[in-house]
Amino acid sequence: MTPTLQLFLIVSAALFCIGLLAALSRRHAIFILIGIEMMLAAANLNFIAFWRFTPQAEQATGVMVAIFSIAIAAAEAAVGLAMVIAIYRHYRTTNVDQLDQLKG
Amino acid sequence: MNSVAFIVIAILTLAAALAAASLPKLIHAALNFAVTFVGVAAFFFLLGAEFVGLVQVFVYIGAVAVLIVFTILLTRRDVDKDRGFNWSGVVVAVAVFGGLVWAILGTPSLPVVAPEIPALPVKRIGEVLMTSYVWPLQCVGLLLTAALIGALILVMEDREEVKKVK
Repeated sequence: MTPTLQLFLIVSAALFCIGLLAALSRRHAIFILIGIEMMLAAANLNFIAFWRFTPQAEQATGVMVAIFSIAIAAAEAAVGLAMVIAIYRHYRTTNVDQLDQLKG
Repeated sequence: MNSVAFIVIAILTLAAALAAASLPKLIHAALNFAVTFVGVAAFFFLLGAEFVGLVQVFVYIGAVAVLIVFTILLTRRDVDKDRGFNWSGVVVAVAVFGGLVWAILGTPSLPVVAPEIPALPVKRIGEVLMTSYVWPLQCVGLLLTAALIGALILVMEDREEVKKVK
């Protein structure tokens, strides 16, 4: 049997949930960024899978959305890592539990 | 589409993603993160979107993974101190996965086999990018420029602080 759309969606759901796990349960800021990048990659996988399984493939809509999404994810990674470095300079820590200056 | 290739790529990708999410050492997690993105790019190749797969390899493994490793090295003093792990995140992630799988398996129109489609050459992607997607392209260019300048300004050292240190 060849893989159907369902299988691709289940794999991408698993990748999304592993990213969610990394973003929610790790306390290091870089781990949280890694988790967010994994969730974005799972969304891209969904876009490409839906594009491949529709008959109107020559319009290339899913491919275009995936390319723009990769560009935005790269911008997000650059700004996020710059913020991690700036936070580390100020507080000498990257543990998000210790960054509680705004706590009421 | 080859089902053996699908299974191999799925196991590699998900195992590397789990390792990236759970390994205590940050540098090991970053390397497993790169392997995860190789797996996702292999999925793109399997699905016939070779250009997106190549872009994925260039952007994620060439740029983002290297950026993450550099950030780890710059914030190194802190890396081995915190090993905290919040177990409630596991519960939330498993619940979300269950909900997603329930929704996917409950949708009756999904189990389709891939139709025969013509290959998508890079020339066609370039044509589409320069005609119907030219405004999104310009907006993404502006966004990338603004984001990179913003990242530079964020990490620039404060002049007065540098003087004080000296």
